[in-house]
Amino acid sequence: MRRSIPAVAATLGLALTLAACSGGGADTPEATTSATAGGGGGSGDLVVWVDETRQAAVEEAASAFEEENDVRVEVVLKNFEDIRADFLAQVPTGEGPDITVGAHDWLGELTQNGVVAPIELGDRSGDFEQVAVEAFTQDGQVYGLPYAIENIALIRNTALAPAAPATWDEAVAAGQAAGTPYPVLIQTGTEGDPYTYYPLQTSFGAPVFAQNEDGSYSPELAMGGEPGHAFAQWLQAQGQAGVLKTDVTYDIAVEAFKNGESPFIIGGPWMLEQFEGLDLSIDPIPSAGGQPAQPFVGVQGFYVSAQSENALLANDFLVNFIATDEAQLALYEAGNRPPALTSAAETASEDPITAGFAAVGADAVPMPSIPEMGSVWAFWGVTEANILSGAAEPVAAWDKMVADIQGAMGS
Amino acid sequence: MSTQSTLDDTSTAAGDGDAPGRPRRRRRSPGTPHASGTVGGLVAKLVLMAVVNAFGVFAILAAWNEESYGILAAMVALLVAADWVYFSRRTLPLKYVLPGLAFLLVFQVYVVAYTGWVAFTNYGDGHNSTKEHAIEALLVQNERRVEGSATYPITVLERDGELGFAVVDEDGDVRVGTAEEPLAPVDGATLDGGTVTAVPGAELLDRRQVLERQDEVTTLRVPFSDDPEDGSIRTQDARTGYVSTSTLEHDAEADTMTDVTTGTVYSPSDDGWFVSPDGERLNVGWRVAVGFDNFSTAFGDSRYAGPFLKILAWTFAFAILSVVTTFLLGLFLAITFNDTRLGGRRIYRTLLIFPYAIPGFLAALLWSGMLNRSYGFVNQVLLGGADVPWLTDPWLAKLSVLLVNLWLGFPYMFLICTGALQSLPGDVMEAAKVDGAGRWRTWRSVTLPLLLVATTPLLISSFAFNFNNFTLIYMLTNGGPRFADASVPLGHTDILISMVYSVSGLDGTAAKNYGLASALSIVIFAIVATISAITFKRTKQFEEIS
Repeated sequence: MRRSIPAVAATLGLALTLAACSGGGADTPEATTSATAGGGGGSGDLVVWVDETRQAAVEEAASAFEEENDVRVEVVLKNFEDIRADFLAQVPTGEGPDITVGAHDWLGELTQNGVVAPIELGDRSGDFEQVAVEAFTQDGQVYGLPYAIENIALIRNTALAPAAPATWDEAVAAGQAAGTPYPVLIQTGTEGDPYTYYPLQTSFGAPVFAQNEDGSYSPELAMGGEPGHAFAQWLQAQGQAGVLKTDVTYDIAVEAFKNGESPFIIGGPWMLEQFEGLDLSIDPIPSAGGQPAQPFVGVQGFYVSAQSENALLANDFLVNFIATDEAQLALYEAGNRPPALTSAAETASEDPITAGFAAVGADAVPMPSIPEMGSVWAFWGVTEANILSGAAEPVAAWDKMVADIQGAMGS
Repeated sequence: MSTQSTLDDTSTAAGDGDAPGRPRRRRRSPGTPHASGTVGGLVAKLVLMAVVNAFGVFAILAAWNEESYGILAAMVALLVAADWVYFSRRTLPLKYVLPGLAFLLVFQVYVVAYTGWVAFTNYGDGHNSTKEHAIEALLVQNERRVEGSATYPITVLERDGELGFAVVDEDGDVRVGTAEEPLAPVDGATLDGGTVTAVPGAELLDRRQVLERQDEVTTLRVPFSDDPEDGSIRTQDARTGYVSTSTLEHDAEADTMTDVTTGTVYSPSDDGWFVSPDGERLNVGWRVAVGFDNFSTAFGDSRYAGPFLKILAWTFAFAILSVVTTFLLGLFLAITFNDTRLGGRRIYRTLLIFPYAIPGFLAALLWSGMLNRSYGFVNQVLLGGADVPWLTDPWLAKLSVLLVNLWLGFPYMFLICTGALQSLPGDVMEAAKVDGAGRWRTWRSVTLPLLLVATTPLLISSFAFNFNNFTLIYMLTNGGPRFADASVPLGHTDILISMVYSVSGLDGTAAKNYGLASALSIVIFAIVATISAITFKRTKQFEEIS
């Protein structure tokens, strides 16, 4: 209040400059030209949002597209965590991108808010892995062009455990026999990690939502009742036995496995970069409750904005330039996730590690993409963590969680 | 604008000598030219105003191009105001405050007003945009490809000024149609490898022309036959076409949506959905004003009301205790290091400022690692392998938050107290000594009151800062541990602003509700503004007494 006016003005001037810089800071250096060249609509630049792991691969496909169509593709680098909320907020204002990279489980929220346009794959849809197209399908319409499939599996350090365990108890026994500090590593954290714990939950027969006959999910919670209680009690037992701990975060788990402190870790292909030098085998996740342990399958893909002024270019780019072996394999090499295009997936599966993840993924279930899924995460993980740490009674806490999720879904 | 105001100060200062050491204010006679100081000052002012005007006109034209009429109006108003203020002779005070006022309007008032507006809407998941967008999205989402229909290679053409498609059908015949005329066979068309290369009486569009008119091309629907039941051809890439039908139709006059297959009519409801008579609603909604609903949810909804009061109480406790503890520790250290008998004071002082030099979010993140129950430095090394649940026990987590904030905040208080102590007038101290006051008495009755006069405004701002200290909570505990008895994802160390963040759903763990989050922000704003106003008023009285 008492600062002199020039100082205030200077600070605000600086803030304005910074704001102007940060506005363009996320963009590529050429972004400034779009401010002057863009404007009136029509065939302006095609704007694509990507995160850093897919930037190079998309730019490569874009340069081929630019040559053929004589347009400019502006590849904008964004944090993957920011894309969902930014896309939802910016598309209605007309400032959003034409295409964005995204995960299939955003679909329900994106369609509910009317920010994505359907993509007609036509005869090309047969070229993709079936689960990938299904994941991007809602109510009979395809809304995204899939490029990668990802799921978790049991990563085994073959030097410490020569054979793949069939059940959870075998895995724990093998881990204890190996004499390492941890029998099995699962990232948990004080807020839990329901995504990584999901295969263990499904092995008790407690899927998150009921599935319709065609494989789509109905917004009807299915994780309550007897199977859910059994899983909750199992969690408590693991916590009491000291097998699983809430103190093990992602970083701690990855670091420990890297240092040979456990023969097993449940995780995805994104961890592999850190495990270089270890002799690994990718195995199915051992069942804890007797039924098959099915992890979630996540499909990565590209969405087209509902307010895009370049809808034609955007669709052309995706269907004819991203759905190609070269582009899909380039994306695979950048992120290690098996491609969604069948022919590219076959090439990638020459690598035994990728083939291992793909084999586990074949029996997995797609992560629900219905909007109700958004209400689940906040309660799910913390409840699991509290049961593990002994802070909550398993059955009561599980029942309360189910009731709370119902409440959040209803509001 | 910043340089302009600085320069303007110097150019007007000559005619308006307020600064100490200059002769008393000379009254300008109304006739003298305004910038009577120097010719250089006048030239500089003209140049700067030319720059400001050029920038303003550019912004106005840009806004016109983008059809952002709100920004356009605001820019015109600002530019006119700026020219009036700096070229008129009667607006001396405004010359000083205009740049600040302009930025205040843009960065503060606009943001507050926008938040206020959102607080009275249902902006959030399902109500993300306008009604037009919702209708558009619903129509697009419910336009389906006819099951089992073929894929047609298409070519875009223009016939009699209307866009149309040339389609090669299953038998290899070319059929042409526009939006008005259904597809019909044409004679004399030439084909090359399955694509149409010429159609008599029509001009084929090349790729560039197609791209220029892509909006028209993607929205073009060419009826497949005379029977509307057969659907129409559309394309998304101008290379292949698909036959599709709409299951939903919008009646613009009645403003209703009709499901063509079942005949159900959906009409718009007050809360921003299309609803059928039996209560079924369509997937996409739009933003509408909902009055005080969000406020009544914050205070009245049983799921939010309980946690809200607990969090409100903890926010006050956290903000007050943070200010008190950091101030007391900072003051104690400042007094200690103000003693000239202490050797190496400079080194100690530099070391003490160290926590202040580390970015707050980084420090909070480091502390959350150090306080990890099994692997943290504090338990493992300092406490010799103890098992203290620093961040997972409700009360210990609160203590941890306060201690980390103390560590982060005391250097600031130490700095301002040191500054205030060193600027205390020596004569007052001497007078106290002469009057025979002891050390304690001097400190109680002279030093502390004088110190408080200097630091109270800073303590109030520190309170306001800590009241909204989102970074610390988010990085250290993320609000946890969770309330065991609440049905919303909120925790024991959540303060109001972190509650706003989780309610808004930006982190993806809950459905978005910007309306409720904005309403809570308004409540926070009201609380902080009221407290600041009251305390500033009391400080004024305090100052008058001393």
